[in-house]
Amino acid sequence: MLLTVDHVTRYRYDQPVRAVVQSHRLTPARFDGQKVLAWAVTVSGGEMGGAFRDGAGDWVQGWTVKGPVSEIEVRVQGQVETTDLAGVLRGHRELVPPLAYLRATPATEADAALQALAASAAQDDPLSQAHALAFAVAGAITYRPGATHSHTTAAEALAQGEGVCQDHAQALIACARALGVPARYVAGYLFASDDGQPHEASHAWAELHVPGYGWIGFDPANRTCPDARYIRLGSGLDAKEAAPIRGIARGQGCESLDVTVAVQSQAQ
Amino acid sequence: MLSRTADNLYWIARYMERAETAARLLEVGARIALLPTAVGYRSDWDSLLRASGNATGYAAKYGVPDQKAIESWLFFDRDNPNSVAACLTAARENGRIVRTALTTQVWDALNTAFQEMRQITARRDKAELSRLTDWVMKQAAMVRGAIDGTILRNDGFNFLNIGYYLERGDATARLMDVKYYVLLPRADYIGTGLDNDQWLMLLRALGAHRAFHWAYGGEVTSAKIAHFLILNPQSPRSLITCVAGLNNHLTRLAKAYGRETPAQAASAHLLAGLEGLSTDHIFDEGLHEFLTRFISESAALGAVIHDAYLSGDM
Amino acid sequence: MTTYFNEMYDGGQVRPPYARLSDWMASMPADRRLEKQAEAEALFRRIGITFAVYGEGGDPDRLIPFDMFPRVFTGGEWAKLERGIKQRARALNAFLVDVYGRGEIVRAGRIPAHLVYQNEAFERAVVGFVPPKGVYSHIVGIDIVRTGPTDFYVLEDNCRTPSGVSYMLESREMMMRMFPDLFRENRIEPVDRYHELLRRTLASVAPAKCERDPTIVILTPGHYNSAYYEHSFLADLMGVELVEGADLFVDGAFVYMRTTQGPKRVDVIYRRIDDAFIDPLCFRPDSMLGIPGLMDVYRSGGVTICSAPGAGVADDKAVYTYVPEMVRFYLGEEPILNNVPTWKCAERDDLGHVLANLGDLVVKEVHGSGGYGMLVGPKSTKAEIEEFRARIVADPGNYIAQPTLALSTTPTFVEEGIAPRHVDLRPYCLVGEKIELVPGGMTRVALKDGSLVVNSSQGGGVKDTWVLAE
Repeated sequence: MLLTVDHVTRYRYDQPVRAVVQSHRLTPARFDGQKVLAWAVTVSGGEMGGAFRDGAGDWVQGWTVKGPVSEIEVRVQGQVETTDLAGVLRGHRELVPPLAYLRATPATEADAALQALAASAAQDDPLSQAHALAFAVAGAITYRPGATHSHTTAAEALAQGEGVCQDHAQALIACARALGVPARYVAGYLFASDDGQPHEASHAWAELHVPGYGWIGFDPANRTCPDARYIRLGSGLDAKEAAPIRGIARGQGCESLDVTVAVQSQAQ
Repeated sequence: MLSRTADNLYWIARYMERAETAARLLEVGARIALLPTAVGYRSDWDSLLRASGNATGYAAKYGVPDQKAIESWLFFDRDNPNSVAACLTAARENGRIVRTALTTQVWDALNTAFQEMRQITARRDKAELSRLTDWVMKQAAMVRGAIDGTILRNDGFNFLNIGYYLERGDATARLMDVKYYVLLPRADYIGTGLDNDQWLMLLRALGAHRAFHWAYGGEVTSAKIAHFLILNPQSPRSLITCVAGLNNHLTRLAKAYGRETPAQAASAHLLAGLEGLSTDHIFDEGLHEFLTRFISESAALGAVIHDAYLSGDM
Repeated sequence: MTTYFNEMYDGGQVRPPYARLSDWMASMPADRRLEKQAEAEALFRRIGITFAVYGEGGDPDRLIPFDMFPRVFTGGEWAKLERGIKQRARALNAFLVDVYGRGEIVRAGRIPAHLVYQNEAFERAVVGFVPPKGVYSHIVGIDIVRTGPTDFYVLEDNCRTPSGVSYMLESREMMMRMFPDLFRENRIEPVDRYHELLRRTLASVAPAKCERDPTIVILTPGHYNSAYYEHSFLADLMGVELVEGADLFVDGAFVYMRTTQGPKRVDVIYRRIDDAFIDPLCFRPDSMLGIPGLMDVYRSGGVTICSAPGAGVADDKAVYTYVPEMVRFYLGEEPILNNVPTWKCAERDDLGHVLANLGDLVVKEVHGSGGYGMLVGPKSTKAEIEEFRARIVADPGNYIAQPTLALSTTPTFVEEGIAPRHVDLRPYCLVGEKIELVPGGMTRVALKDGSLVVNSSQGGGVKDTWVLAE
């Protein structure tokens, strides 16, 4: 599938800030399921900082903007050719061992309810178990935009029984780790097809490490594994760590955020 | 030099100068207490508190002016950021942070003042006011002397002096402002005891009553006092002396760094304004209006210096 | 009854390295000693070398007690220690580069994978990065105890930011000032090259992008930190700026410090703050101490951070037990310095042994430091032991245990005169282009009679450490 992305994030400050520093994971991952045809990230008034590929295989690019500035626009435009690999992250080069993804973070701490949910889906076969976990999470947390916020933890989302893709992914990660399965959070894009199934163009899901297959993506929000409609950016232990844009402004100004994402498919 | 280091040096100087101002006010307070109960007794205490820069803090804590409470407020009280104890502590703390930018002598002087202050505080009931103010003057002189005698004449020395002059000019202007009405020409009731006391009190607060007589002699007039405290470059605490000192050290900085900043232009402008003045001009503008303008221009210059050198944002 | 090795006396005989000190000691009547002690204390207080003690009220500027009686090593003893220390520093750095790369030692099954990769101190953010010259830990502080004439044990490694080197330097300064004759009579190796070696070490690991004389800074958490004196002392000796997080900022691909003459690029940061506080973008978003964006600059080769983020995985107390294995694996050598035998409570058999012998063992928290959260079995009451037992049972993985070592003693000035007190040693090994070690270190002494805990937070003091020239 040939997908084009136009993703604009606008930061506004009610008072001009003195400087802004950002760290981006905004470049599609390199693996067999996606091939980047064109990709460009621009930051208004920004200076490109250091860039490198990290141990998890993500391309990280630093940016700085000198103030005083009261509005910054981060624009991502590109085109990616994707292939459906049934969620398997084939051909992805990374050095971080899966064991390093067993560590809980505050957002992915498994409380008794998450542990019980995980236990209910436990199976002998690791692959079936991974599917069962994703299925269980999808059933336990109903998709409802606005039900949660960006700081909601997996435990809180489960207790509430509602959430968005971030909550699904973090709950699945918490359950997997509770069973000793390495798991991580993935940020990316999703092509919203006309039949109205998928929800958010800016999307997130989880990857679980399954012996024999390596990392496999699971998207409980859409009850599927990532296919050709998905573009994978970067990963982390939880939503905060995998955030495509991390930034800090120096100054008194209060920040507001405005995001528009369009992912379209072109006939090949 | 790190901007923060320059900032710490600048504040060492400002706090030491501020401690000295608080002590001078205390001395004035002691004199007030010795005056026969007369008109203006109450207002003298009020003006003293206003000159200290934190009358509202006092009012919130103690209400009406009271000699013991004011003494404690100006000397010991940590709730008063301008008290002697608070200033000496802050000066020493700033010194501790930039310990390596100071000579042993300067650090010793700052540290000694702080350590002795702690001892004095521990037995404060036995403290005698006149001894305390003498002690503060002595500590301030020790620090100042150690700076003049041992610090390299580099940028750090300039920042210390900029702090001293800025604080001192501000203090002189504030002290005059709370007493400006006694200097108004229409208040020249020559020969009345009260007015002489008021003038002397003002000069005494600036440690300048003897110097004044040496410099001018003859009848004490408001024009002479205003000239002495504002326009006389021989007077160590006059506004023009302070601004000229500031200007000198900013010029040295620009030369050493090979770079001018808005601070040089601002201080040169302030100095030129004072140099073109006579006391007639000042009384025409209105003494209070003039002092208010000076205080705000001096504060603005402080802000320009901060932006140019101390914040590190340039 | 344990017998302790006395470094000065062999029975009634004075051991050779202490021979001249014996005369010195005899020439020191009580009043002169007190006078000198007071002089030393005044000097220390005057220069401001103080040590704030965690978790205690009182004077934040408390002095760490200084004992005037030096601790002495012969040149021969030191030569062996030096070889062992350098060997260990090399192995620890090889381990760090390896586990943040392909992890060969784990693949070879020489250390359990979970100990490394599930370790709190394992930093995913630096995986795949090889710092300049392949050095993660540039200053390795290795705590060593002595139990006999030739028996030395490594108690723990400190790969992050070992403190205390200012005591090594200041103790020597103090002794030379107060007892110049001693230094004329004894030929003592100097330690005053340390700051120059440290500066050279830091300069040698400047990033490739730095094409001029590198600008080095020391990054401190601030003047409230207990080791602030040391930070400013080292900055002053090396002639480098002592900065706080707010003094640095990232612009483009480099780090700059704010100076009165505008931004100045920084090439090497010797940081004395923890990993978690380096960069709020990468680690703790709530950190006020760090520099946003620093990690991106670091990983793209714009600046060097010493010690490298992630170095802590090598000095974890559970990983410690595998250091001899690292020496064999990476260097193909036998360890010159031995580890103290250690039982890992995480392992069932070890746990059983530990719980059965709590009264004889020293039990430590895996991530603890500073002598806090530990049990010294022979010095504890029954109630204390039982309370600690409960803590171990609740979380065995958090504890390791070691036999109570018979720490050597050296003569120490105490209230009643001179008495033997237990000591340990922390030398500071510098790792850059070269590996350097000045002949000396910080000797800590447990001033309380019979105490084996030398930490300054627990009533320990310091001594000057002499290495005699051969």
